[in-house]
Amino acid sequence: MSRQDRQFQGRGLGFKLSLLILTCTTAIFLAAFAYSHYSSKQTLMKEAGADAANLTLASIRKIEATLASVEEVPGFLAFTYGKGTPTPLAIKQDLTGFVLFNRAVFGACVAYAPHAYYAGTRLFAPYAYKKDGRLEYTHLGEEYGYPNADWFLIPSKLERPLWSEPYFDEGGGGAVMCTYSVPFHRDEDGRRRMLGVVTADISLEWLRELVGHISIFRSGYAFLLSRNGVFVSHPKDAYIMRESVFSLAEQAASPELRRIGQDMIQGGSGFVRLPEFVLGKPAWISYAPVRNAGWSMGVVIPEDELFEDLDRLKRQVVGIGLGGFVLLLLVIILVSTSITRPLKNLAGRTAEIAKGNLDIPLPESRSGDEVGQLSRSFEEMRLALREYIANLTETTKAKERMESELKIARTIQMSFLPKRFPPFPDIRQFELHAALDPALEVGGDLFDFFLLEDGRLLFLVGDVSGKGVPAALFMAVTKTLVKGIAELEDTPAAILDRVSRELLVDNEAMLFVTMFLGILDYNTGQLTYSNAGHNPPVLLRGGRADWLPMPRGLFLGVMEEAVYRNMTITLEQDDRLVVYTDGVTEAVDESGELYSNQRLLDVVSGLSAQGAKQMSEALVESVGRFAGSAPQADDITVLTIHYLGGGPASTSAQPKGEDE
Amino acid sequence: MPSRIRTVIAALAVILAVLGESPAQAGPLKKASLIPQWEPQAQFAGYYVAKAKGFYEKRGVDMDILRGGPSSPPSKLLAEGKALFGTMFLATAVMERSKDLALVNLAQVMRGSTFLLVARKSSAINRPGDFNGKRVSLWGKEFSLQAEEFFKNAGVQVERLPQGFTVDLFLRGGVDVVSAMYYNEYHVLLNSGLDPEDLTLFPLRDYGLDYPEDGIYCLNSTFKADPELCSAVADASLEGWRYAFEHPEEALDIVMGHVEAARLPTNRMHQKWMLERLREAMLPTAGRQGPGPLLAGEFEAVARTLAKAGLLQKPVSFEEFHVPAR
Repeated sequence: MSRQDRQFQGRGLGFKLSLLILTCTTAIFLAAFAYSHYSSKQTLMKEAGADAANLTLASIRKIEATLASVEEVPGFLAFTYGKGTPTPLAIKQDLTGFVLFNRAVFGACVAYAPHAYYAGTRLFAPYAYKKDGRLEYTHLGEEYGYPNADWFLIPSKLERPLWSEPYFDEGGGGAVMCTYSVPFHRDEDGRRRMLGVVTADISLEWLRELVGHISIFRSGYAFLLSRNGVFVSHPKDAYIMRESVFSLAEQAASPELRRIGQDMIQGGSGFVRLPEFVLGKPAWISYAPVRNAGWSMGVVIPEDELFEDLDRLKRQVVGIGLGGFVLLLLVIILVSTSITRPLKNLAGRTAEIAKGNLDIPLPESRSGDEVGQLSRSFEEMRLALREYIANLTETTKAKERMESELKIARTIQMSFLPKRFPPFPDIRQFELHAALDPALEVGGDLFDFFLLEDGRLLFLVGDVSGKGVPAALFMAVTKTLVKGIAELEDTPAAILDRVSRELLVDNEAMLFVTMFLGILDYNTGQLTYSNAGHNPPVLLRGGRADWLPMPRGLFLGVMEEAVYRNMTITLEQDDRLVVYTDGVTEAVDESGELYSNQRLLDVVSGLSAQGAKQMSEALVESVGRFAGSAPQADDITVLTIHYLGGGPASTSAQPKGEDE
Repeated sequence: MPSRIRTVIAALAVILAVLGESPAQAGPLKKASLIPQWEPQAQFAGYYVAKAKGFYEKRGVDMDILRGGPSSPPSKLLAEGKALFGTMFLATAVMERSKDLALVNLAQVMRGSTFLLVARKSSAINRPGDFNGKRVSLWGKEFSLQAEEFFKNAGVQVERLPQGFTVDLFLRGGVDVVSAMYYNEYHVLLNSGLDPEDLTLFPLRDYGLDYPEDGIYCLNSTFKADPELCSAVADASLEGWRYAFEHPEEALDIVMGHVEAARLPTNRMHQKWMLERLREAMLPTAGRQGPGPLLAGEFEAVARTLAKAGLLQKPVSFEEFHVPAR
């Protein structure tokens, strides 16, 4: 992409809009203007050409009429003198009368061919002319040498009347003139004898005044060319007789002007453009022949005057165009500003929003156009975003709080559980191991064991309903109560009953706890136990796993009237009792299937050769394997007692062991 | 071009050296007058320039250049003592000498002929033989000498009409052929709207008639009385020519001054053409010297032709006719 494009891309919408519209408008205007100018110029040119031709012809008529009046008398005199030789006096009267009465005539002459007037005189040429307003009469003689003068020689040889080229009549009229000569002759012995010519001169100064009075536009002018292309009349005095249209063309090296000149002297007429050097500005020439003299009249018209109307029209159209352009520019700026200002505003505000400042209100737009719609959409987006962010903040806070509560709860829970295994290394009668795999949220499982007097082991596994800190605290309370009450009561049922009652007090949270509690006389293997709504433990005896028979019993902390009963079995050597929470049996795998009681029994059967520690850990592991990637919903607690058999030998090691 | 101009200048310098510079006169200027053989025009630029630039005065000559024209032939003015010096065609001078006008040639300025016979293409005159029966306008006797020789050589009979000061008779269709000098009338024809391709030219030098034209003359008595004056006039005139070719615009200004004073129907462009053609004609070429003393060969050729044409009343010798080189 070019630099300009990049610059263009970087410009505002208003600028692009203005540029494009104005460019298009300008192009359209220019095209229309050029066409209109061209066609009106064509039309006007035709009209101007016709006008100029008419003007030229009218001027030519004027000149022709004047020349015709000059030509009349010489023709008449030539006719007369051909008939009979006039006396010098008659000639004088004829010539002076003619010069006096025709204002156009500068001079008149009757020039006889050598020896033609009468034999004794070689040259005879009386000449009447005006000098300083007075009439002069003279004879042209040897000194003048008129037989070789063009005005005499050429008409004589051509035997027809002729206007001469312009010349300075030295020794004659002493003026720059053109001479009209009519030859006359007499038939002698059947031969035409050339007698001489009758002439009439016109002063070119006079002719210049005549032509100068023809007004052509403002500064246009007319000029006359002789047959040779020499200026017979021209506003520039210095051109007359001296310069020709061809010498001007040669000077300016202009073949164009030369061609115009050639057409002019060949009697052509036309309306063509002049080379610019002639007037120093564009100009046109209209020309046509002056028939009787064989001259050509040219009328030079400056182009600006010829096309004055067109130029005025052009100026007006350009003025209107410029005005319209400015107006259009203003309107475009106005419109584009009204579009871009809200957009710019919107862009500014949304940039703020993008930075996270959602409280900045978007500009209100009452308009129903696209910008208004966009503005409203942005406002809705902003509000939705703000609400969402607010919600997100709340949720995050709650989550953080909860997470911290759970952490506290777990700390409470775990801090209350025994951690030292094996717990009683000195006691040989049994092995005990417990494992608790906490769920992400505190499940409220608990276990405990401690030795009582007389070689007894109290152990329990419970599960507090509810979660979180209340559950953890409840669990701690329960455990503490059990510990305290175990000092006072002898049987598991009594303990449970009393714990339940204690828990009922101020149990506003309405929490409860399931619990299996047993007291094992490890010397005898007698196990007394009671149950408060807990899952039945598994007894593995002789490689076979089975449910431990259970008395009925309600959850602890629910009803004052709850009744717990004791049951007693006697453990045999190598019996294993597996106490667990519902986190084991109610574990679900990825497909939502329960771990199930049956699977528990099978797994425990399969572990018949294992010690307490291995069994607990293997069982927890089997649950983990079963669940796979399914989330763990509840704590998993397994407590295993491996009864190794009683014997006094082992009691001796017991610190508090008292055999009663 | 500049190198050619330099050649001309060098040649003129040599000539001047040959003729010898006249020392500037300490005393009063000697009165003298010169009559050109035609109306004021660039054909005489050298003389007008020599006067205007003071080349005559420098040599002690108070020169008056007379107004030339058809009614003032130099031979007549010299004979009548109205002019001391004049320019003439060589043939004219030889003829006058044979008529007992004791002219001597002081310098030959134009060594070749620029004379043309011009016909319109439309009159179908393409070869000398085509002139038979055609109307030809000719100048006075000595100026028609070459043409007459041409007609004689071609074996044609023509109808002769006098040619005045202009070519208008030809332009009006009064004649089929017009006499013209290449540097003058030919250009007048062109500047009357005729194009070169409309015209057939017969330059007579191409037909063995290359007669020398303008030279400076005086009466033998003048030369005998004051040879220093004569050589001063010749030297100053040739210096004038040299200056005119070096400064054509200035020379044209000077010429136009004389033209305008005479109120002649001509213009600067025409005079410019004339001066340029003259420079070409006066330029020394391989077979031709520049302006300088008359050569015996030139003289003999013209004298022989004139004698054969019966135009010499008595023989003229080169010895008496020319001024020997100093």
